[in-house]
Amino acid sequence: MAVTDAPRIVTARLDHADSYTLERYLATGGYDGLRKALSMTPASVAAEVDAASLLGRGGAGFPAGRKWSMLKKDPVTYLVVNGDESEPATFKDHLLIERDPHQILEGVIISAYALQVTQAFIYIRGEFALGLERMEEALNDAYRHGAVGEDIFGSGFSLDIVIHPGAGAYICGEETALLESLEGKRGFPRIKPPFFPAVIGLYGQPTVVNNVETMANIPWIVTNGGAAFAALGEGRSTGTRLFALAGHVRNPGPYEVEMVKTTFRDLIYAPSLGGGVREDRELKAFVPGGVSAPWFGPKQLDMPLGQDEVGAAGSMLGSGSVVVMDETTCAVRASWRITKFFFRESCGQCTPCREGSGWLERIMYRIEHGGGREQDLDLLMDVCDNISPGVTWPPQQTTICVLGPSIPPSIAAAISMFRDEFLVHIKDGECPYD
Amino acid sequence: MSHFNTTNATRARQLIALYPEPRSALLPLCHLAQEQDGWLRPEAMAEIAELVGVTAAEVRGTATFYDMLHTEPIGRYLVSVCTNIACILDGATELLSHAEARLGVRVGATTADGLFTLEEAECLADCDHPPCVQVNHRFVRTTTTEKFDELIDELKGGGRAEEIPPHGTLVRIRRNGGLRVEPQRIERERARAASSAERAG
Amino acid sequence: MTDQASLPTTHPDTDETVTFTLDGRPATARPGELLISAAERAGVYIPRFCYHPRMEPVGMCRMCLVEVSGPRGATLQPACFIPAEAGSEVVTNSNKVKKAQDGVLEFLLVNHPLDCPVCDKGGECPLQDQTLAYGPGESRFVEEKRHFEKPIAISDLVLLDRERCIQCARCTRFAEEIAGEAQIDFAGRGELVEVATFPTEPFSSYFSGNTVQICPVGALTATPYRFTARPWDLDQVESTCTTCALGCRVAVQSSANRLTRLLGLDSEPVNHGWLCDKGRFSFEAVNGDEVSAGPALGNGQPVTLGSGRPRGQFAGEVAETASQVGRITEPMVRDGDRHVRVSWNEALSEAASRLDAVREAHGPESIAFIGGGRLTNEGAYAWTKLAKGVIGTDSVDAQLGDGLPAELVLSLPRATIDEACSAPVVVLLSGDVREELPVLFLRLRRAALDKKISLIELSLRSTSLTRYAEVSLTLRPGDSPAFARALVGPNPSVPTHPAGGSFAREDLERARALIAGAAHGGPEGTGVVLLYGRPSLAEDGAVTAAAVATLATAWPGARFLPLLRRGNVHGALDMGMAPGVLPGRSSLEHGHAWFSDHWGSAPESRGRDTTEALRSVVEGGQGATRALVLLGADPLEDFPDRSLATRALEAAEVVIAVAGHPGPALDHADVVLPVAVSHERPGTTTNIEGRVTRLGQKLVPPGLAWPDWTIASVLSDELGYDLAIGTVSDIAEEIERVAPAYRGFAPAFLDQVSGHDGLVVPLGAASMHTVEPIDPMATPGVESVERQGAPPRVGLTEGLSRELLAALHPDDDAEGAPPLLRRSAPAAVSIPPPDHYSLRLVSTRRLYDHGAGVVASPSLAALTPPLSALANPSDLARLGIGPGDRVRVSSPRGELTLLAEGDSGVPKGVLVIEFNVSDPDQPADNAVASLIDASAVVNEVRLESL
Ligand SMILES: Cc1cc2nc3c(=O)[nH]c(=O)nc-3n(C[C@H](O)[C@H](O)[C@H](O)COP(=O)(O)O)c2cc1C
Ligand code: SF4
Ligand code: FES
Repeated sequence: MAVTDAPRIVTARLDHADSYTLERYLATGGYDGLRKALSMTPASVAAEVDAASLLGRGGAGFPAGRKWSMLKKDPVTYLVVNGDESEPATFKDHLLIERDPHQILEGVIISAYALQVTQAFIYIRGEFALGLERMEEALNDAYRHGAVGEDIFGSGFSLDIVIHPGAGAYICGEETALLESLEGKRGFPRIKPPFFPAVIGLYGQPTVVNNVETMANIPWIVTNGGAAFAALGEGRSTGTRLFALAGHVRNPGPYEVEMVKTTFRDLIYAPSLGGGVREDRELKAFVPGGVSAPWFGPKQLDMPLGQDEVGAAGSMLGSGSVVVMDETTCAVRASWRITKFFFRESCGQCTPCREGSGWLERIMYRIEHGGGREQDLDLLMDVCDNISPGVTWPPQQTTICVLGPSIPPSIAAAISMFRDEFLVHIKDGECPYD
Repeated sequence: MSHFNTTNATRARQLIALYPEPRSALLPLCHLAQEQDGWLRPEAMAEIAELVGVTAAEVRGTATFYDMLHTEPIGRYLVSVCTNIACILDGATELLSHAEARLGVRVGATTADGLFTLEEAECLADCDHPPCVQVNHRFVRTTTTEKFDELIDELKGGGRAEEIPPHGTLVRIRRNGGLRVEPQRIERERARAASSAERAG
Repeated sequence: MTDQASLPTTHPDTDETVTFTLDGRPATARPGELLISAAERAGVYIPRFCYHPRMEPVGMCRMCLVEVSGPRGATLQPACFIPAEAGSEVVTNSNKVKKAQDGVLEFLLVNHPLDCPVCDKGGECPLQDQTLAYGPGESRFVEEKRHFEKPIAISDLVLLDRERCIQCARCTRFAEEIAGEAQIDFAGRGELVEVATFPTEPFSSYFSGNTVQICPVGALTATPYRFTARPWDLDQVESTCTTCALGCRVAVQSSANRLTRLLGLDSEPVNHGWLCDKGRFSFEAVNGDEVSAGPALGNGQPVTLGSGRPRGQFAGEVAETASQVGRITEPMVRDGDRHVRVSWNEALSEAASRLDAVREAHGPESIAFIGGGRLTNEGAYAWTKLAKGVIGTDSVDAQLGDGLPAELVLSLPRATIDEACSAPVVVLLSGDVREELPVLFLRLRRAALDKKISLIELSLRSTSLTRYAEVSLTLRPGDSPAFARALVGPNPSVPTHPAGGSFAREDLERARALIAGAAHGGPEGTGVVLLYGRPSLAEDGAVTAAAVATLATAWPGARFLPLLRRGNVHGALDMGMAPGVLPGRSSLEHGHAWFSDHWGSAPESRGRDTTEALRSVVEGGQGATRALVLLGADPLEDFPDRSLATRALEAAEVVIAVAGHPGPALDHADVVLPVAVSHERPGTTTNIEGRVTRLGQKLVPPGLAWPDWTIASVLSDELGYDLAIGTVSDIAEEIERVAPAYRGFAPAFLDQVSGHDGLVVPLGAASMHTVEPIDPMATPGVESVERQGAPPRVGLTEGLSRELLAALHPDDDAEGAPPLLRRSAPAAVSIPPPDHYSLRLVSTRRLYDHGAGVVASPSLAALTPPLSALANPSDLARLGIGPGDRVRVSSPRGELTLLAEGDSGVPKGVLVIEFNVSDPDQPADNAVASLIDASAVVNEVRLESL
């Protein structure tokens, strides 16, 4: 079904209706990777992950192997897994959590072993009620199975895993906010430097934070070797990646495809994937990697799905969410809605983000609803500039975390790609798409 | 006198025991309180404060940061309609207006019979089924106005009880595995890891 | 003669520095120093809001962004959050930085209501100031602003206007980090983040006023100041708060001869900028125009004065009963059962002739002077000179039976507050520091939390420091001497008779180990600071004195910090206001010759302390005390034994009261002399560590009130002796000349910028601190012309005058001055065995009680909690008393009825009733003082259900 014949790494089991059960997991090679890992030294497990060049799947795309090697050696260290998935139009972690929780657990246990961490936390977005139940059930089964807990599979290695429910705040996906939240506080991100989790993380101890999809790749990498993973894809972007395709396509859904070898055009148009724009309309623009990313237009359709390739073109693969907008889409409304999201989700800690997001949202709302003024476009850009100096890519910031600089890209993209549309809104005093 | 009932008081203690520091259990305990009372009553927050060793103001301050924690009463069913980018591209605005009309309340309000609270949600990560709707944080995949009406009728008639339990996402979660690893054991592991790291380094 | 290198300083500027580049020029920082402060010392002021030098930075407001070079090139970083790193390049003045800062300021104003004309902060608002300095001219924001309900009361004292809040978290951080009570916290998220209390729990902190002071906008306001003045109408002097004896530095502000506000000044050795709410708001009592109907004031009913004395011949107007007015502003004399207003001349000659008559008939020791803790050092000296030098009585006592033997306090080697907050081991034997010396609690709490000290607490009930103590031992009244012996004795045996004493052998051993570990081979007690006060007013001070003496003997290496709490009691004791001592911490024995020389005469024998004097009046007979001079003191309120005080005042032949505020004792006064109070007279004060600071005069005393020393001087004239003091500085110079502990102390030094934090006497014993200039952002509202203009750091040598440097090593035997007091063993006390049918009474102090400062301050008066009897729950259960039951507490002295409450912090066998608090529903004498027998070593009471 994929456009290349790369194996499905994280979604292999999902065709089974009972993919989330321990029975199905064990029947499909589950926990073999863990057994293999436990027979290796922790360092050689880490070396495989490093060799795989597994880029983090949470958004920043930092290589997992590198991150692990930066963990400060202290008596107490933690592994924290980020299953808070809240980036708009991103729904791949949701899928993995509900449909294949054991795969995540196995990845966590192997990673903990490689890192010699004896306490791991999996932070699951609170709104995933079913996902939390499935995950916890899987954990219970894994304890019963001897895959977690004391003396795992007789190896002498012990690990405790705690599944922690979020309670509804996008910012808690940001790793330092997540740690605060896990400590029972409000999700105010910490300032980096000095609060790099690998040095000062959970409870002030060195901590590795990885995304659940990142974890889900680990069992396969250990079973098949880092080299096999690295053989897929190209350059730094190895392996497959799970993309969440949404918006105006015939078949929205999560698709695991080989990196770089697949393009946005494949993802959107291949019959086995997106199946093309709905009703064969014209593609107007698409969001290539979560709403924090600058938009792309039809010209970028042949861009390969590679982290560095998309980066060089001025955007990012980010959270792996692709949102397709067809010609009936109002660019002002779309970017207003994205701005409104950031406004509602700003943690409120730092001034530019707290106040700037609301200001931008109010201006965008005004324009969309017929109250725009010509000077608003310059004002929008200048306010954006005060949050993210230069409004460049990759963004600079006056804020503590990168939620702030995530606000300008959609506004800046909409204005630069569809300036006329803004002007029509302003001139007519109403939205032409209404 | 504990505000938590006996079962929940026990669960509260178990939740606290999961973490190295009690305060970490603050959010789980808030979920637990909502499961018991439907919302976060002041008495519950005061008790959580005592359990985890912070002030009541800190519990309330922390809880109000999170959308899922309600310091005011809400209806038996919290109906969340996502209007974020993927859903707004596919009928979310219309569905939300319909929901307002059907339930006869504005976004944020609770129906007079106390059954429904309507909420405009941010992306719920089910974007391939737009517009996305949750009831008490269970995905209902009710993407058309007709299906929405059917759902409401069903809920009014007491239907879907199994699929949509009360508030509090921990309702059906029990950690059977328990704390398999004794904290002392973890400590020993850590010490061992540390000394082996020392030897290696 | 002066060896500069030997001058001690607690703030050694380490030689270690890091060098970085600041705006293209080299600059240095101390290791770990934040950029914002390193830049400030280098003369570059980086704008800021959330940063406060006394709290952990949070880097939230983003106003202080500067460009810092790093691995990924120059990025904008918060200067308040990141330390200056060696070799880094920091740019504070680029266009990028300016744009970022302008942007932040504009963002802050987006939702700000801009209601400056009606805002208390208008005119002294950092947001307003920075907007003028850095901000855009015109608002580009045309949208609807965020709205919140306008000010909401978050406590009895503090109002919150959430629309003005800029979310800097200064207040919430203060509550959590400094005060340790997070009764306020941020609630909500994003633009709707607001400061909030828990619905059922107000922001009832003793320290709430600090949040108002450090709020950089007008979001937090205090009811006593709200709308009373505009900043530009305010006049200010720097002074020292004398509400308690800690000596916090304050800016006192007034408008039109009324106090409007007190702000904490940042004094490195003492208060770090903080004040308690009592110190901050009890200025209302000085204004004194609102009469509170507190129980001690007779509820405005006409009071018949103690009868039985002949009506005099005074023709003056009948005055309101002295106990009924807000302030005492005119001299009065008794005329039968009423007071009449008279002129100073009449009042003084009446006082003089009455005193003369008693002295003539019964000798000088028949006159006793009680009080003095409210006087200035100069006032205290003048009255001592009058009493001991002119009249010749040694019965002078600044303590009202609620303190400790002066000779012990004055003779122990003194620790500074800084030492008490940095010594390896701090042993606390006192009441609750938070109730008695509140800001010291803040400092000790932080020191314990920051692991700078290990706290060992010995107390009669758990206190607010208990949770920060490494070892906390709860004793019962009378136990402490035995316990002290166990602590230092050769084999640690838990003393046997504390039947209910709730400490375990392990605790005792842990305490011993900590103490032993601190010595590091030095003499015993090295590294230990003992903080000692009066743990209970129902236990004789001799008990604590005996325990302290035991410890002091065993610990030659230790230092001692006395926690006597009343205003200037330490200054008064230093000026000789206690029996057996003379000014400058010399003993009557050794100082007699010297002071006879200087004064013309000095007492021949040791006099009576307050308890002895009162008892003597009652007992009468040959040589008894017959006349009482009350110096700003009211034995009916302050003395632990109400019955003895009442009988003594009734029996006294002559009562002269020097008073600023009304009080029940005035009803017994034959002559009432109105005295200026805090903020109404200049002078100096001495705090617990012996730090002498300047008191500023902000107001003209009301009515005919005179400064304390003037009254002494003129009264002396009336008695036919010239005190030879014409001005405050005359007295200060004389103190320097004759009082050994104050030798070399040049008061003029206090007027220099570097002298604002004062000096510890005797000189040379403690360090000089660097006086930092005031950051207007840290303390908005402080008009600091003097200090803002100061050079960034005033060093030791610059700060001290040459004479002073010379005097730091005074020639000891010069001019034959007496030596400083040496310790002599206090009289032994014998502790009666516990009576198993009774509970041992403990009476502790509360910050808000029925003292004049609280009762006469309308904003504070309501904060005094109702009185209850606290006992260990198991005792209540044993006696069949439920919590909240009404009970009768009786002692041989009397009985009272109140509510009982269980408190597991109270040891078994003990009943706690707080001092000078009464039940508003009960008669005024329903207070614990009516149970206490001041002559008993411990007081036993019976408890029964009603
Ligand atoms: C505002 C914001 C939201 C984020 N949300 C998520 C999230 O929901 N899930 C996630 O895995 N990472 C999220 N991230 C990225 C995390 O901070 C972090 O980089 C990631 O969890 C690391 O895992 P990885 O290295 O495996 O990708 C977010 C980052 C930001 C700034
Ligand atoms: S950028 Fe926004 S979300 Fe991030 S810390 Fe600042 S206010 Fe919070
Ligand atoms: S961020 Fe530095 S002063 Fe606020």
